[in-house]
Formats: sequence, C-alpha cells, structure tokens
Amino acid sequence: MSDVNPDNVRSEVRQWLETHWDPSLSLVAWRNLLVDSGWAAPHWPEDYFGKGFSSALASVVDEEFNRAGAIGAAHAGPRMLAAVTLLEHGNHTQKTNYLRRILTGEDSWCQLFSEPGSGSDLAGSTTRADLNGDQWVVNGQKVWTTSAHHADYGLLVARTDWDVPKHQGLSYFIIDMRQPGIEVRQLRQMNGHASFNEVFLTDALVPRENLLSEVGNGWQVAVTTLAHERQSFARSRGGTDTTQLSGTIYDEYREELAVANEPYVWYPQRAGRVDLALQRAQETGTINDPVVRQDLARLLILSRTAQWTAARGRAAQQAGKPQGPEGSLSKLAASNIARTAARLHTDTTGPEALLTGENSPHKGIIAEILVSVPAVSIAGGTDEIQKNIIAERVLGMPKEPRFDKGPFRDVPRNVNVSEI
Amino acid sequence: MHFSFSDDQDQFRGVIARFCRDKSPTSQVRTLMASDLGFDPEIWQQLCQQVGLVGLHLPEAQGGSGFTAVELGIVMEEMGRHLLCSPFLSTVMASTAVAQAAGADECSTYLSRWAEGKELATLAVCETDMHFEPHNILLKATPVDDEYRLNGHKRYVVDGHSVDVILVVADTGSQLALFEVAHNAAGLTRTGVETMDATRKLAQLDFQDTPAVFIGALSPAQLGEIYNTLLVALANEMIGGAQALLDAAVEYTKLRVQFGRTVGSFQAIKHRLADLLLEVELAKTAAYQAAQALAEQRNTSEMASLAKAAASEAYLQAGIQCIQLHGGIGFTWENDTHLWFKRAKSSEVFFGGPAYHRERMLQQIIESAARSETSVAEEINT
Ligand SMILES: Cc1cc2nc3c(=O)[nH]c(=O)nc-3n(C[C@H](O)[C@H](O)[C@H](O)COP(=O)(O)OP(=O)(O)OC[C@H]3O[C@@H](n4cnc5c(N)ncnc54)[C@H](O)[C@@H]3O)c2cc1C
Repeated sequence: MSDVNPDNVRSEVRQWLETHWDPSLSLVAWRNLLVDSGWAAPHWPEDYFGKGFSSALASVVDEEFNRAGAIGAAHAGPRMLAAVTLLEHGNHTQKTNYLRRILTGEDSWCQLFSEPGSGSDLAGSTTRADLNGDQWVVNGQKVWTTSAHHADYGLLVARTDWDVPKHQGLSYFIIDMRQPGIEVRQLRQMNGHASFNEVFLTDALVPRENLLSEVGNGWQVAVTTLAHERQSFARSRGGTDTTQLSGTIYDEYREELAVANEPYVWYPQRAGRVDLALQRAQETGTINDPVVRQDLARLLILSRTAQWTAARGRAAQQAGKPQGPEGSLSKLAASNIARTAARLHTDTTGPEALLTGENSPHKGIIAEILVSVPAVSIAGGTDEIQKNIIAERVLGMPKEPRFDKGPFRDVPRNVNVSEI
Repeated sequence: MHFSFSDDQDQFRGVIARFCRDKSPTSQVRTLMASDLGFDPEIWQQLCQQVGLVGLHLPEAQGGSGFTAVELGIVMEEMGRHLLCSPFLSTVMASTAVAQAAGADECSTYLSRWAEGKELATLAVCETDMHFEPHNILLKATPVDDEYRLNGHKRYVVDGHSVDVILVVADTGSQLALFEVAHNAAGLTRTGVETMDATRKLAQLDFQDTPAVFIGALSPAQLGEIYNTLLVALANEMIGGAQALLDAAVEYTKLRVQFGRTVGSFQAIKHRLADLLLEVELAKTAAYQAAQALAEQRNTSEMASLAKAAASEAYLQAGIQCIQLHGGIGFTWENDTHLWFKRAKSSEVFFGGPAYHRERMLQQIIESAARSETSVAEEINT
C-alpha cells in the first residue's frame, strides 16, 4: 500500500477531477459517476463504493473537492447514521440497495428510536413489530424524530419479543416512510423551529428482507448508530463551499441543502457559537470588563482543549495505540462548552438579550443561541447518560442497580403508554 | 495540529515512571518532606547519571541533550504523579536561564558542572509576585571592578536554602541581567521558609553588597521565554498529580462500602468522577499541546498560560474531589491525599494563578486576532 499516501492521493483525486468534474451534469448524474469512482466516500470499504481510506486521507480528498469547486456526495441529515449502520450490520443486498442512493442524495433518512415512554432508556421501546407472512406489521409511536418530515426511510427499533429481557427483544428495521401506515406530525421546539416530529405507526409494513441483522439483535445494531451519533457532536461536517459559484448543478445542490439542512439551521447556535464570543465582547465593549475577560478566556480554553482532546484521541487511534478515554468525552465537553458560551453571550449582550428576531443582535442569532443550547445536553443521549457511560466504561465504576431485569412484559414502565 | 507521543517518547516515559514509582513511595515522600534538604542526594544523582536529566530540553550546541519541551513535560508529569522529591525543578529553572543569557560555550560549561547532580543550582527571579514581569525586578546590580555587587532580596526561591549556586536576575540600571552567586558569598543570607506544601522547599534570599558574576543580559522577551518554559514544565507536573488523585478517588470509591453497596455505585459519585475525568483529560491535552508549541516555538506565551490555567483548575478540582470522596479519612494526616492536595494548592499559585494566566492568554489571542486583521487589511490596500 506504499502508493496510498496523502501526496499520491492528492494528485490522483486532482487528476480525476480534472477529467471528470462536469458542472453541466445533473446533480444525480454527477453523483452516480462519483459513487462509481469511489471518490464519493473514500473512507468506505472498497466493496461498497469506497476506497478503504483512513479519515485523514479522506480529508485530503475533501480538500481537493473544495479546491476544484466540485460537489461531493450528499452528507446532510441523519443519512450518515444510516450509512454506518448499514455498512456494519447490513447484508450484501441491503448495502447495494441503499448505500448508493444515500450518497447520491436521492434518499434521505431519519432515526426512529425515541418514544414517548422511552428516550434515554431506548431498550424500553414499546413500539411493536409482528411478523405476518412476509411482512412485519408495526404499531406504536416515535417522537422527537429529526427530519422525519423529509425522510424516505427510517431506522426503526421495535419490540419483537415481550417475554425475554428487554435488550434481547428488540429488532432493527429499515422502514419505508412513504406509506399509508405512517403519519408524521411536526413538533414545534422551544426555539421556534420545527425540526423534529411525532411519528405514528399504525399497521405500517416492513418487508421481511428489511430486517437488519437478526431478530432480537436490534440493541446491538442501535449501539452502532448511537456511537456514531455521539461522536458527530464534536465534528461538524463540511462540504464544498459553493456560495460564489454559479451553474445549474450548483443551484440544484444549494436547493438540496436548503431543504435537507432546514432542520439544522439552528445547530451551530445550539453548540454555543464560540466563534462569535471574542467578536461580541469587542463589538459590545464588554471586552473591557475583567469578569467578561475571565469568562471569555475560560470558554476559549474549554473549547480549544476539547477540540485538541478529540484530535489527540484520533491521533492515538491512527498511530494504532489503545483507545484512551479521550474519544468518549466529546459529547459531554460539547454540553459544557455550549452552556458556558450561552452564559457569556448573555453577559456580553446585556439588556439586548431580552430581544429576539431580525432586529435583535446579529439578526436574531444571539437570541437563538440562548434558546437552542439546552438541546445539546439532551439530544443523542443526555449528559447524565453520558456520565453513566464514562463512569462505567472508562473508569470501571460499578453499574447502576437495575429494576428492569426479567421478561420485558413485567418491567415497570410509564403508565400512559398504549399497552399491548 | 494532531498530537501524539512517539514510541521513543512512550518508552522514555516508561523509564522515568518506573524510576519514580520505585524511588518515591509516599513513605519516602513523607520522610523527605520532613527533612531540611527535601530530597535524597543519592537518588537525585542516580537520576542525573542514569537518565541524563540536566539540560534534557536544551540543544546539543548548548551542552543539552537535544530533546525538547515535550520530553521535559514527560519527566515532569511522571515526577508529579509520584510526587518525587528532587531538585529537578530548580535545575530546570537554572539551566533554562543560562541557555537564554549565556553564550553556547558558557552554557555548556554550566550544564557539565551540573550534569552529575552533585553541584546544584537554582534561579532567583521573584520579589513580590511570581509573574516574571521585568518591572517587578528591583534587585540592583552595581559594577565594582570586574565584578558586580547585588543589593535587594528574592522570595520563593526553589531549593534556595540548599543549592550551591544561585542564578539571580537583577537590574543593572540599564538592563536586566543574569548573575551567578555562590551559596557562601559574602552578604548573602538564606532563610528557608515554612511551606504549606512541604515537598517543595522555598527560601528567602537577602543580598547585601553580595559579589556576583555577570553571565549575560536578559531581554524582556528572553525572560518571557524562561517563564514560558517553566510554566509548561509545571503544567505537565500538575497533570501528573491530577491523574494520580483521580486514580486514587476511583480506586477508593470502588472499595468503600456504605448502605450495603460500594460508594462508587452511587450516581452522585460516578457523575462527579466523570466530570473530573473530563477536566483532567482536557488539562492533559493543554499541557501536551503547550509543550509541543514550545518545542516548535509557536504562540509560546498564549499556550503556556493556557496550559497553566487549565492545569491549575483541574489539579485543584482533583484535590478537592479526592478528599471529599474519601470522607473523614481523607482529612487525616495519615491518608496520602493531602500530599497531592497541597502540591495542587501550591502549584495553583506558583508562577501566577489561573486568573492571571487566563488574562495573559487572552491578551495574546486578542493581539494575534488584531494582527491577522491588520495583515488582511494591508493585503486589501496594496
Ligand atoms: C433536538 C433533538 C433532536 C432529537 N432527535 C432525535 C431523533 O432524530 N431520533 C430519536 O430517536 N430521538 C431524537 N431525540 C430524542 C433524544 O434522543 C431523547 O430526548 C433523549 O435520549 C432523552 O430521552 P427523554 O427525552 O425520554 O428523556 P428521559 O430519558 O425521560 O430523561 C429525563 C431526565 O432523566 C435523566 N435520566 C434518565 N435516565 C437516567 C439515568 N439512568 N441516570 C440518571 N439520569 C437519568 C435524563 O438525563 C433527563 O435529565 C432528539 C432530541 C432533541 C432534543
């Protein structure tokens, strides 16, 4: 593998783009070309549209796409959660059926995990799937499902056995969201956006071949999805910057992003917008306040050391060293950063923090930070759950005492949930 | 920048760690902290002769070993983890100072004098605070024949009561310079002071027409670089100590039983330890990155102060939590936790507290943000 180094990869991708990048193609036609070449997802395995590159090499590829102004594979929304889960647990047919259209952007996905009665306790799911001939029949309700209102497919966790301990009775399915048995209702969030939804499943159908892994193996599959989701809190994925570029393929791309990213426009704000912190202190004059200076310095230290810690974890991994605790801490760090940043933005903004909307500071961005930050420590696993995991898995502390052993049927659970 | 230790560095850490573990059980720490000298000369000489620690982080051309601040950080971290009582910090202070002030040959001569660990040296800078700011250095150096005479005082001089040679930063009236003073020089009074952290010995030095040898001038920038090196060294020592406290807290709470279960099974305690792990890991990263930045001579003041601030908070938190999670036994003299707690407390204020370093870091960040804005503006204008 001596020829796979950053320099060779860079010149190879550059050459390929010189020959093939064609802004006059339609977005889907171009992306299909891209998928066939392996440059759409170079860090995926060679058997499934990738080149088996490390993430470091893959970022070299991203740089070259950006430099050439070439559009890469679709990346918005939970599609990558679907992709990693399929790559790890899907069978050959499932991978060939779904992965391509994830990359071309033709299909989008959502994650049907949380339910009114079970959020942190994902394994307490009471949405049921019953096999009837060649179809699974699904009944129940999911909630806080981001992007369900755009999604073509869902990653569904449902109960297939009520008489075994709860983790063993779950199965994981790919469900077609565009069917009569599924009703999606948008939910309005405290920050005014409506990115997540309620999803009602009433005799919704899943063909037998859309079971991922084995019956009863749903928990193991879900863990893959969750692990990826938690890591993604520390990373923001880029994509080629096309703001200055014109041509129909760019228009198509921008339109795709506008729709697919609509649920996520406030995500930078929920992370606290550390990038605005110094600027805000300077433009409001609060930079002269020694208390603000201390808080600003604290925030910068927190956010920089968190970034470097994640990088340290990745560097150790790439050097083939045993995984340290660094990798597990990103999500908890992200919550601390967001909260610290929101406090600082309040202090630097002063009474104008009373305002919201277009005429408030930074066209409402500051106000949006203040009411979006609470999501970080809930979505994708709450801080408390993260701390349990860190304490138990990294520090080796004793597990929580359990009251949910034995057949799921007998486990205490929320009362207002439709019973079986 | 991605930071990862090389295999050689990991091996080097292993050697130092083993040495510290073997030579510095807490029984030994307790004996040494009760002694006047504060360390065991035999162990120190072994360390110097077997590992070659003196001048570790200095270039070969100056008589050093040619390693960098990263290796210096590794040694400090392991010493901090085991609270090894040794004159390593004072030696680092002295060697870093001669490397800045003296010519290459002269520096080599000093380092070879100290290499075996028999002649000991320290650096005396601070008089009021511990910030190494030029305007706070008031001790006067006056030329007399081909020598100088020093008048004034220095405080918080590490191992100042016991070393053979004291390097003193003094004001000649026109500039700051580094001077060498022998321990038995006329007019020098050395008073060991009682320290809350007895594992780190400090002295007050009074100079009255004390003869001194001029080593070289020190610009404010050079003084700043000495300071940055010492901050990075100390920050790395501190994260070693913080990790030791975290480990101790985890170990104890997994064993101690109350209410029919180990106290470590209570979520209040698990969550506190998870929070502490995060804080300690972030501080470790800061200390490693600062050492790397120093090795590459990149944003040294910003990074050194960042690391010192982060390490101060994390070490102190680790001290507080470790005592709290031990309960009553944690407040006894017999339990070892207070040894680290006191090192955490003293390191917190040593070379300036976290609030001072946050401010120092922020000033650098603001300046470089302004610089990059002006350079963009200049580019646009031209
Ligand atoms: C913006 C946003 C987007 C989301 N997107 C999706 C999505 O796309 N798909 C999806 O499936 N879900 C999604 N969720 C749901 C999210 O995963 C859940 O809200 C989260 O896992 C918490 O579950 P819960 O809301 O039921 O809270 P609960 O689990 O009821 O928790 C209530 C409180 O109890 C605490 N708690 C619970 N268990 C423990 C414990 N063992 N120890 C200590 N404390 C505990 C929690 O930390 C929390 O503070 C989203 C949520 C948000 C806010």
